[in-house]
Amino acid sequence: MAFEYAPAPESRAIVDIAPSYGLFIDGEFAEAADGKVFKTVSPSTEEVLSEVAQAGAEDVDRAVKAARRAFEKWSALPGSERAKYLFRIARIIQERSRELAVLETLDNGKPIRETRDADLPLVAAHFFYYAGWADKLDHAGFGADPRPLGVAGQVIPWNFPLLMLAWKIAPALATGNTVVLKPAETTPLSALFFADICRQAGLPKGVVNILPGYGDAGAALVAHPDVNKVAFTGSTAVGKEIARTVAGTRKKLTLELGGKGANIVFDDAPIDQAVEGIVNGIFFNQGQVCCAGSRLLVQESIQDELLDSLKRRLSTLRLGDPLDKNTDIGAINSAEQLARITALAEQGEAEGAERWSPACALPESGYWFAPTLFTNVTQAHTIARDEIFGPVLSVLTFRTPDEAVAKANNTQYGLSAGIWTEKGSRILAVANKLRAGVVWSNTFNKFDPTSPFGGYKESGFGREGGRHGLEAYLDV
Amino acid sequence: MPTTAPTAHALSDVTASDSTLRRFLHGLPGVDAVGLEARAASLGTRSIKTTAKAYAIDLAISMVDLTTLEGADTPGKVRALGAKAVHPDPTDRTTPTTAAVCVYPDMVAVAKEAVAGSGVKVASVATAFPAGRAALDVKLADVRDAVAAGADEIDMVIDRGAFLAGRYLKVYDEIVAVKEACGDSARLKVIFETGELSTYDNIRRASWLGMLAGADFIKTSTGKVAVNATPANTLLMLEAVRDFRAQTGVQVGVKPAGGIRTSKDAIKFLVLVNETAGEDWLDNHWFRFGASSLLNDLLMQRQKLATGRYSGPDYVTVD
Repeated sequence: MAFEYAPAPESRAIVDIAPSYGLFIDGEFAEAADGKVFKTVSPSTEEVLSEVAQAGAEDVDRAVKAARRAFEKWSALPGSERAKYLFRIARIIQERSRELAVLETLDNGKPIRETRDADLPLVAAHFFYYAGWADKLDHAGFGADPRPLGVAGQVIPWNFPLLMLAWKIAPALATGNTVVLKPAETTPLSALFFADICRQAGLPKGVVNILPGYGDAGAALVAHPDVNKVAFTGSTAVGKEIARTVAGTRKKLTLELGGKGANIVFDDAPIDQAVEGIVNGIFFNQGQVCCAGSRLLVQESIQDELLDSLKRRLSTLRLGDPLDKNTDIGAINSAEQLARITALAEQGEAEGAERWSPACALPESGYWFAPTLFTNVTQAHTIARDEIFGPVLSVLTFRTPDEAVAKANNTQYGLSAGIWTEKGSRILAVANKLRAGVVWSNTFNKFDPTSPFGGYKESGFGREGGRHGLEAYLDV
Repeated sequence: MPTTAPTAHALSDVTASDSTLRRFLHGLPGVDAVGLEARAASLGTRSIKTTAKAYAIDLAISMVDLTTLEGADTPGKVRALGAKAVHPDPTDRTTPTTAAVCVYPDMVAVAKEAVAGSGVKVASVATAFPAGRAALDVKLADVRDAVAAGADEIDMVIDRGAFLAGRYLKVYDEIVAVKEACGDSARLKVIFETGELSTYDNIRRASWLGMLAGADFIKTSTGKVAVNATPANTLLMLEAVRDFRAQTGVQVGVKPAGGIRTSKDAIKFLVLVNETAGEDWLDNHWFRFGASSLLNDLLMQRQKLATGRYSGPDYVTVD
């Protein structure tokens, strides 16, 4: 008899999802001015979770006005007072973390293992970290008494809904700005629960405003004349549009966009750990990670050995109900995203790359894509150049360190990279030559609030996290 | 089942000399400690419940080498241990027997009699256990004694001093000699005392060295030092047996020993086996727990699954 793990689903009962939600403006939940609503579904079952008010231009204007009024008082508070609110929010997030983890898994489709063990601890850590900075801004290296910018318009993606919210809101509030945030249309729920946490923490009205909606609401927010700072995480195409909108205004802008991270494995790498790192690099959150290690560069001499190990390891990945604690791979966030991944994978095959997936039964309802490996990939293949944003790994080879660096850098992106070798001097030498915002060595996809994150080239500009993350929200 | 034939496999060349052996062992892929421990920890979060848990508990019981290795061991104590191995839970005869009882060589005959006819094996720690600091002749005599008394399995300790000094061929030759002394009747478990080898790279090298020399099992530790079996060192040894079989076709067993006391811990080790070496190793011919107090916790958890109530330590036997 084989060791069949019995299903161990986390209880849904811990989270109370209301049948409908409003926009969160000036400390109150309100309907959209034109009364529009949209539905949010659970990607693993296609079940409708709730109906959410859909923000339009008029709502954006109301929210920005509320944030502007709140800014006068909020920015005048001593840093230590703002810190109190942020610490309070961080503690409430910790107290409600199980509830939020289940909610995020329901709305996003990612496994509970990830929301519980990665997302939520990091969300709380970001609020704690920036709470600590709120009364020390004079010592952050930006001169004495750096000033906040005003109203921050923030647009976040659906891959890490609550974590991206934390990356945006925590530094904005710590530095004395107020916020209007638009979550993605497929994952609005955790941001609305966060709105409730703001009320629970007694945060003054208007300091944080949440506007669920589509791209038009995001565009209106970015273009609003009374927004002083725009922060966006999402696709490079939308990032370029935002850059065009903001150009010529006095708005400050940071962009965190796409990536096509290279994960370089040298022949002296710790193979078993490299395999884990490769899996974590591309199959974490179903590969829907901007800094995913989606291009594996393997030294030719160990190609066969490494691919055998990798295939064996992929065969042990468990795909299915994301609420089950034993699940490694959850659902793709939306039907639209699934279609995009499917099309790119088919293009990879059509262009002559060799496709492989482990034997893997996909659930009947919901949006699913089996972990997929492409070998015989070259720099000229579309799947080696375009961001797929799904559980699809392209394997390329190299012979020398110089060739590895040249191939790793040969991309329009520059967000992340990984190096696997037992040789410390090689790690330093190669890391210095890689044009990427984050370079991990002998690990991958590790995040920490104290460490700045951001990209080169078409992966955007500006940094989030760490002391560097304060700069984007201060007049320096 | 595959049997071990030390000279027949594809890697027999590497033991031609001390230098070829050293080159081979030092050419094995390195181990990144942080990554290894992270992987072991993440497998530890698998949630095993209901039917999977019942299966795991019975499997774990069947894998226990019920052990007494005290200077104060008496025939009475060993007979009691044997009785417990045969009927771990007298109130529930559906409970599987343990894999073996593990005793010092002078107690083998007593143990053999105590478990006669039950299928429970008798394992003996020979080779100057636990330090291994004796002449080879003395170790071999120790082994022959135990085998002559009927031991089905010999647990030998390696010469850690020679290993740490880089004298790999000496360690290899000793294992080969002990394996020969085991003859056809006894399987050989080679104990590395991983706590004394100190680095993960050393543990991987020792695993390969033991397998090259013909070990039927590789075993973490004696249970007599501060650091014994851990999820990380067991994971590493499971990777080694998996890779060794892929290269040579020879399957070798793994035995973590010392420090595994609770059902929860034991189940975590079974998950490591399942997801690293694979289900071919989920059998007491290929995986064992060297433990003494683990069994009672397994029995209490088993009773709880059967009755819905947690009964407490007075509802299982002291040895």
